[in-house]
Amino acid sequence: MLKYIGKRFLMMIPVLLGISFILFTIMDLTPGDPARAMLGEYAPQQEVDKLRDELGLNDNFFIRYGRYVLNALQGDLGTSYRTNTPAIEEIKARFPATLKIALLAVLIAIAIGIPVGIVSAVKQYSFTDIASMMSALLFTSVPPFWLGLMMILLFSVQLRILPAVGSDTWKHFLMPAAAMAAAQMATLIRMTRSTMLEVIRQDYIRTAKSKGAPPRRVIFRHSLQNALLPVVTAVGISFSNLLGGALIIENVFGISGLGTLMVDSVKGKDSPMLIASVMFAAFVGGLVNLLVDVMYIYIDPRVKSLYVKG
Amino acid sequence: MTDQSTILKRKKVKKRSQLKSIWFQFKKNKLAMFGLFIFMVLVMIAVFSGFFLDYETQVIGQNMKERLRSPSAQHLFGTDEYGRDVFARIIWGTRISLFVGLFTVALAMSTGTIIGALAGYYGGRADNVLMRIMDVFLAMPGTILAVAIVGALGPGIVNVLLAMSICRIPQFARIVRSSIISIRGQEFVEAAKACGTKDRRIILRHILPNAIGPIVVQATLHMATTILGVAGLSFIGLGIEAPIPEWGSMLSAAKSQMRYQPYLMIFPGVAIMIAVLSLNLIGDGLRDALDPRMKN
Amino acid sequence: MEDKLLEIRDLHVEYITDDARVFAVNGLNLDVNKGETLGLVGETGAGKTTTALSILRLLPERVGRITRGTIRLGDRNIIDASEGDMLQIRGEVVSMIFQDPMTSLNPVHTVGEQVAEVLELHKKYKTREAAEARVDEILRLVGLPAERKKEYPHQFSGGMKQRIVIAIALACEPQLLLADEPTTALDVTIQAQVLSMMKELKEKLETAMILITHDLGVVAETCDRVAVMYAGEIIESASVEQIFDGGENHHPYTLGLFGSLPDLTRKTRRLNPIEGLMPDPTDLPGGCKFHTRCPKCMEICRLEEPRALIENGHLLKCHFLESKLPGFSKISPESVTRQ
Repeated sequence: MLKYIGKRFLMMIPVLLGISFILFTIMDLTPGDPARAMLGEYAPQQEVDKLRDELGLNDNFFIRYGRYVLNALQGDLGTSYRTNTPAIEEIKARFPATLKIALLAVLIAIAIGIPVGIVSAVKQYSFTDIASMMSALLFTSVPPFWLGLMMILLFSVQLRILPAVGSDTWKHFLMPAAAMAAAQMATLIRMTRSTMLEVIRQDYIRTAKSKGAPPRRVIFRHSLQNALLPVVTAVGISFSNLLGGALIIENVFGISGLGTLMVDSVKGKDSPMLIASVMFAAFVGGLVNLLVDVMYIYIDPRVKSLYVKG
Repeated sequence: MTDQSTILKRKKVKKRSQLKSIWFQFKKNKLAMFGLFIFMVLVMIAVFSGFFLDYETQVIGQNMKERLRSPSAQHLFGTDEYGRDVFARIIWGTRISLFVGLFTVALAMSTGTIIGALAGYYGGRADNVLMRIMDVFLAMPGTILAVAIVGALGPGIVNVLLAMSICRIPQFARIVRSSIISIRGQEFVEAAKACGTKDRRIILRHILPNAIGPIVVQATLHMATTILGVAGLSFIGLGIEAPIPEWGSMLSAAKSQMRYQPYLMIFPGVAIMIAVLSLNLIGDGLRDALDPRMKN
Repeated sequence: MEDKLLEIRDLHVEYITDDARVFAVNGLNLDVNKGETLGLVGETGAGKTTTALSILRLLPERVGRITRGTIRLGDRNIIDASEGDMLQIRGEVVSMIFQDPMTSLNPVHTVGEQVAEVLELHKKYKTREAAEARVDEILRLVGLPAERKKEYPHQFSGGMKQRIVIAIALACEPQLLLADEPTTALDVTIQAQVLSMMKELKEKLETAMILITHDLGVVAETCDRVAVMYAGEIIESASVEQIFDGGENHHPYTLGLFGSLPDLTRKTRRLNPIEGLMPDPTDLPGGCKFHTRCPKCMEICRLEEPRALIENGHLLKCHFLESKLPGFSKISPESVTRQ
């Protein structure tokens, strides 16, 4: 098992390298001079040139990239052009807010999505089934940021029970998390329903019934565990999507999280910050996927015997 | 005692061509047909809006005296902060969204198909290298990559198109690749090879027709997510800029006017939802129609 | 008469889909005595599995329906029984084993758990140990080491999986075992082992069995009586000795089945399959359902359904034989009984 985890970590490295390379290239293609951006429009050209020299901006592309990688391997992810603080510090400061929202969103999505999917499958074609399928369909089509805006309209402006902007208390996280959760929840509903339906058709369910197992038992003891296996993997993947969606949601709710950091870095041509934050996001995404895969290995006996001894 | 009652006539099922039978299955799905209908309406709106609306005066022409009006007989959806008729802008926005969606998917689909086909058919080294590159792109949450590209190149329709299609290419490549791998192993491909058929011909005439199903489904669903994505980008200012009436950027403006005219926030969002919903319904319908298990 | 365990009369079962109504079972009559093994023989699509599922009322929910007939188990009427009663019957009074062992077991439960479950559902054991001991006992009974009960199904071979399935089915010592082609999916050598094990257990536990198969060799080895099924009804039933007596007084279909077997003792150039195919169950022919393929088809076969003839426990449904064998007494379809 440890070997497996180790291997997965090793595989992340080339991916991260690839990301940094791509972003480095993209930012390089950018019109605009970071040194100029830092010093302002009216600064004399001499100063700008001096700064460019200092920052090593005049060197060859590969030298600059190589320098970056070397630094990164030693833990130095560069210094933000805009704020002149180490990138890592900024990320550390901003990430918790994003994480809280993402986690809350995942929890909401699971807590509602999976049970509704199960009920839908068990009572196929009933009113509950059709209603939840319809809602799920609608929620996958709703733009999350618009949902957020509507929520603000309702809960902040009209009802005045939730704050619209900021990230201080838990109340601040409810709406953003709910807005992000909607689409994921809908996907989970549909997916859980379809895996349950598939499992219910399997032979071993027929065997269970022929033993005289009552319907509840058939659902909870026999169908559920099998049906949830693919769903678990899907949750891991949807976490990545959540990190992406956070970008826009944070904008809607005025939250200073990782997403806003990325957008600001892009707008401010702050390459080091952008690359650092994207790599971080990819790393977290990869970590979550790894966690989910490890969990999966423990849940599915067929796979478990391959990785775990005894 | 004769027992004629045991004989029951059932519907004669004619032999159909594959395409026709898929369409037949699709037609049975009422939701999917509804989605198709809505989409057709949207296409009509997009195509014909040019005849009914004059861009300069009605869509972007400002009229400060009429600003921020609520919906009325004169202005069905009200007016925005520059006095422009929201209804006209939303109609025009259909053009934008559908155009961007269509072109993005077309671009991503063609590029992705080529990459996936090469990887899937030739396998080995080429496959490995191509897929590793695709993996790198997939590791970045979609929106982020698009943000980076648009941020670097600057906002505007072309750049948005480019950014969004680059994001979608890996997913198409993957699907095409796995379709090809699963078909490649089948015997009729072996047979074709044994007859000395050239590689390219095999791919084009034998493999792709079978792989088209999942590709088309993905294309439809991707168009839906592209419309959502572009709206999101425009919302944060990294997409299509004012005064072009893209629904997402309209929402961004609406947000700042939230206190004065909350109606502004509703309509663009509903428009997005309708467009995306119709595409989702079509995509789902296609997926179900293509699934052989459903043919019962 | 006291020995009769299962009595099915005039059973009609349909599957209803969007496109058509499938007449799977059409007026089936069947008897099984206590401790007896009945072989249910027929081609694929004859309705054998449907019959078995009907006994347990496990037909697919919205699609399968029993439209007519009675099924009596002891003094209980299966058709009218409540679902609660059926839950008790399944696994404890009547058990079923299915064709494909690879997919019959739940992949995420241990083998021991799956055997224990059927005990949990029907028998109340005072202590955990007592229940576990019983699980071990049953596993040993089917030839599996009790130590392996904590392993998962995927860790066993096909033959062993089928033994586990049998263990589960017999754990509560049911009165009737429905075995739907239990060895078809197994290797020939394993087949023999599993069959002989089943025979042993059956005798030990005095379980009656309906063995569904299309393999006449298996029938000869393990069955007491045989019923031949075609297009949803029994067209011939007799004791094993009678069926295999090599004579001509058998249903043309039965003769066809025998005739299509390759014979190691005779030199033949070609096999003799029965001409044609089983009729489409959504569009069954009138009269005798076999008439379209029957070499002895007469005018009346096209028009009227044959009545049941019986003599000495040998039942036949055939116009041709009716004319040929005046010794057989004709019986109305509703009251087929054995002597």
